[in-house]
Amino acid sequence: MNTNASTELTPRPVDDPGVEPHVLSYRASDPEVDKEAERRVIACFGLSALFALSSVVIYFAVPHTIAIRVGSFDGNLHNVLFGVTMGLGILLIGLGVIMWARNLMNDEELTEERHDPASSEETRTEVLVMLSDGVRDSGVARRRFLMGSLGGALGLFALPLIVTLADMGPWPTKRVRQQTIERTLFAEATPQKPIRLVNDVSWKPLRAADLEIGQLVNAQPENLRELHDVEYQQAKAKSSIILVRMDPDSIKIPESRRDWQVSGILCYSKICTHVGCPITLWEQQTHHLLCPCHQSTFDLGNSGNVVFGPAARSLPQLKIGVDGEGYLIATQDFTVPVGPSYFERDSRNDFKEGDA
Amino acid sequence: MAKPAPVADTRDPGSATTTSKRAVSARDIDLPPVMVKQGGPLAKWADDRLGVGGLSKFLMRKIFPDHWSFLLGEIALWSFIVLLITGVFLTIWFKPSMAEVEYVGSYQLMKGMMMSQAFASTIDISMDIRGGLLLRQMHHWAALLFVAAMFTHAARIFFTGAFRKPREINWLIGVGLLFLGTMAGFSGYSLPDDLLSGTGLRFADGLMRSIPLIGTWAEFFVFNGQFPGDLIVSRLYMVHILLIPGLILGLIAAHMVIMVYQKHTQFPGPGRTEHNVVGYPLFPVYIAKMTGFFFIVFGTITLFGALVSINPVWTYGPYNPSQVTAGSQPDWYMGWVEGAVRIMPGWESHWGHTTWSWNVFVPGVILLGAFFTLMALWPWIEHWFTGDERNHNLLDRPQDNPTRTAFGVAIITFMLLLQFGGANDIIATHFKLSLNAISWFLRFAIFVVPVIAFWVTKRICLGLKKGDQERLLHGSPTGEVHRDANGAYIEDHVPISHEEAFALTAIDAPEPLTVAAQADAHGVRRTDGDVSAMRARASHWWSESNIPHPTREELEEAHSHHGDGHEIEPADKH
Repeated sequence: MNTNASTELTPRPVDDPGVEPHVLSYRASDPEVDKEAERRVIACFGLSALFALSSVVIYFAVPHTIAIRVGSFDGNLHNVLFGVTMGLGILLIGLGVIMWARNLMNDEELTEERHDPASSEETRTEVLVMLSDGVRDSGVARRRFLMGSLGGALGLFALPLIVTLADMGPWPTKRVRQQTIERTLFAEATPQKPIRLVNDVSWKPLRAADLEIGQLVNAQPENLRELHDVEYQQAKAKSSIILVRMDPDSIKIPESRRDWQVSGILCYSKICTHVGCPITLWEQQTHHLLCPCHQSTFDLGNSGNVVFGPAARSLPQLKIGVDGEGYLIATQDFTVPVGPSYFERDSRNDFKEGDA
Repeated sequence: MAKPAPVADTRDPGSATTTSKRAVSARDIDLPPVMVKQGGPLAKWADDRLGVGGLSKFLMRKIFPDHWSFLLGEIALWSFIVLLITGVFLTIWFKPSMAEVEYVGSYQLMKGMMMSQAFASTIDISMDIRGGLLLRQMHHWAALLFVAAMFTHAARIFFTGAFRKPREINWLIGVGLLFLGTMAGFSGYSLPDDLLSGTGLRFADGLMRSIPLIGTWAEFFVFNGQFPGDLIVSRLYMVHILLIPGLILGLIAAHMVIMVYQKHTQFPGPGRTEHNVVGYPLFPVYIAKMTGFFFIVFGTITLFGALVSINPVWTYGPYNPSQVTAGSQPDWYMGWVEGAVRIMPGWESHWGHTTWSWNVFVPGVILLGAFFTLMALWPWIEHWFTGDERNHNLLDRPQDNPTRTAFGVAIITFMLLLQFGGANDIIATHFKLSLNAISWFLRFAIFVVPVIAFWVTKRICLGLKKGDQERLLHGSPTGEVHRDANGAYIEDHVPISHEEAFALTAIDAPEPLTVAAQADAHGVRRTDGDVSAMRARASHWWSESNIPHPTREELEEAHSHHGDGHEIEPADKH
């Protein structure tokens, strides 16, 4: 016999002694202690009311612009006073009620029988009979075509609602991708009409002479400034770049990227190839750039190859040059899409360690 | 009220207190006048229309067992109520729009800055609306507490076996609530559109993109185009204040109704059996304790909101896709997924024109999905091992089922290690460790350490169970050591109480399954379904740590011969 299938317990080795006899608590046997416990509960409720009222007074009386600092604690005076009085008012109701329940109410444990959730065999049979009666009354069994058509209708009725979701966003077809996630503001640049690279806070165009060896500057294309609202944010999420100047003799520049740099000034996408965080932490001595989100580390002295972390692709590098006035310029877009991977991305052309 | 009152053939309120078959009115019984004068007419009015008498009879003196760990789920429930209350207040001022505005509020450091309306209104709530900061901080603290309480509640249910038959449905509902709770949290902290939450959305964008085949479509549909788009905040707002809370409310209602209907589980103890429930009645004791506990949770959250700063978005600034702060992390319950994403090696396949982003998809999507799937299926997984078809109303102590407990601890160990991974930068800077070394350590540790944790936990459980066995057979050590005439040292033992002995032997671990073809002791072929050889082996592995209780005879034998003492050092050693 499979004992696991039985709902009955096998005979117990020890007899059930039954629920412990109820012992009258110290409190219940001494009226003085009982009164004392009651007084404590009343004190909680009374104090709670006082705190609630004082929090209302504080709400209106205390200015909400005063900052306070006590030791390492830093806060807003209105928030602290209003919140503490309100919180204590609420907390004391809870403490009072719990003390009431624990100390003043009858603490005798009671027993209740359980009932097996399963219905009896008769009930199950009865239900089956009712079900077959219902099936007979509805004529389902005889009207197969009716049932089939209903099934078809029910299967399709939600379709019109679901297709409405087709316009949740533009469809990322090949053409749309080329105009959106596979293109940045630098695509507007040509050798004839280059785009200047500007400081991302002051919008001042950057000269090659502004950068010292070891220095890293966050930059944007100049044409970003013309955009606003959603276009601005979407463009910025792709066009953010870093300019970094390294000693040309201490870095590896592959033959194919010889003319992408200006005497050791290199330009990379700032958007991590992992999940798209802007990469910010620059290790000047090692030429490593560390993403603070998931710690992917890229070697800017070696074409942006990944040296550590979960990122799988090197940072896209942007070809830059310098114009007649000494300003840094871009004349073309990145050669590969920037940012995190997506399914339709053709990643065969990204720079890999060992490429020339 | 040791037994439920028999059903009386009357619909009058108050009839539950009588055992008579005769129709009785409330006036016939010795009720306090207040019940008759005030309670009576109102109760009659409601009962005439809704029949509340029957429902009250069912509920009013319903028994709930008492144990501190049964409070964990209640914390989750009450913090959800606090979330609803504070959330409604926040919607009064919050503007869920990504339209660009110039900040004109009172916070000097941001005057003239361009930002989304969502962020500007969050700053207004924090700086200019009196009490607004308190509500925001309370809402965030309550959210963290909500998920934390759900996790610990789920752990309690797991380690005590409360998910077993007949409660598998409520376990599934609970897993759904845990998932919805984390989604509610994520959609909520993305709303202010500050630098940190925007970084979180950027991560979510990368996560969506990594899904093979449909990733780019998911991104374009969710964000209305390329990241960040202009609709994500208002869409998440709908998800956060309507869709998810609605689902959570419905599931909580079902969770509670099923719990009340099936009656709460209880730990073994004197008078506690599989067929009864011992504890305090709903009215008044549990009503009072629950109400009191609600106010304690509410009050504690309020004090946190007043005293402990959380998510000070004005120090982060508005979202800017070209900025990020070092030490960016999600709220704690996403920390383990974050850790998995961080320590994952950079594996990506470039097949033809396509990119398969395993480095993001596996830890971000697969792992999260696998965790909730494993959790949801656990009652059936355990059933596969044990074949246990019994109803369980008595709870296991964790040591009563060493394999399950060891498995649970292994999973928690795995998640804790990933949680450390999610904070690898903070650990590196605070403890002056190499970030790369931490990541490399974790890449292996997440596979090795849970196995060690499994084994250690199993040994601890076995030790505890052997200790129980000792207490049953030899009694409780008194700490008094004697030296007998032969020089042996003997510690005195006193028999344990009848109540403890009953509690220690109240539940049986399921018998391991055997292959179906085998005949049982009586030569009868088993008919309880096919058990494959593999399942039988798995079942034996699962149950190998079961220690059967001593039989009645063994107990009597031990008590008659062994009552005097327990030799701790044999005499022949001297």
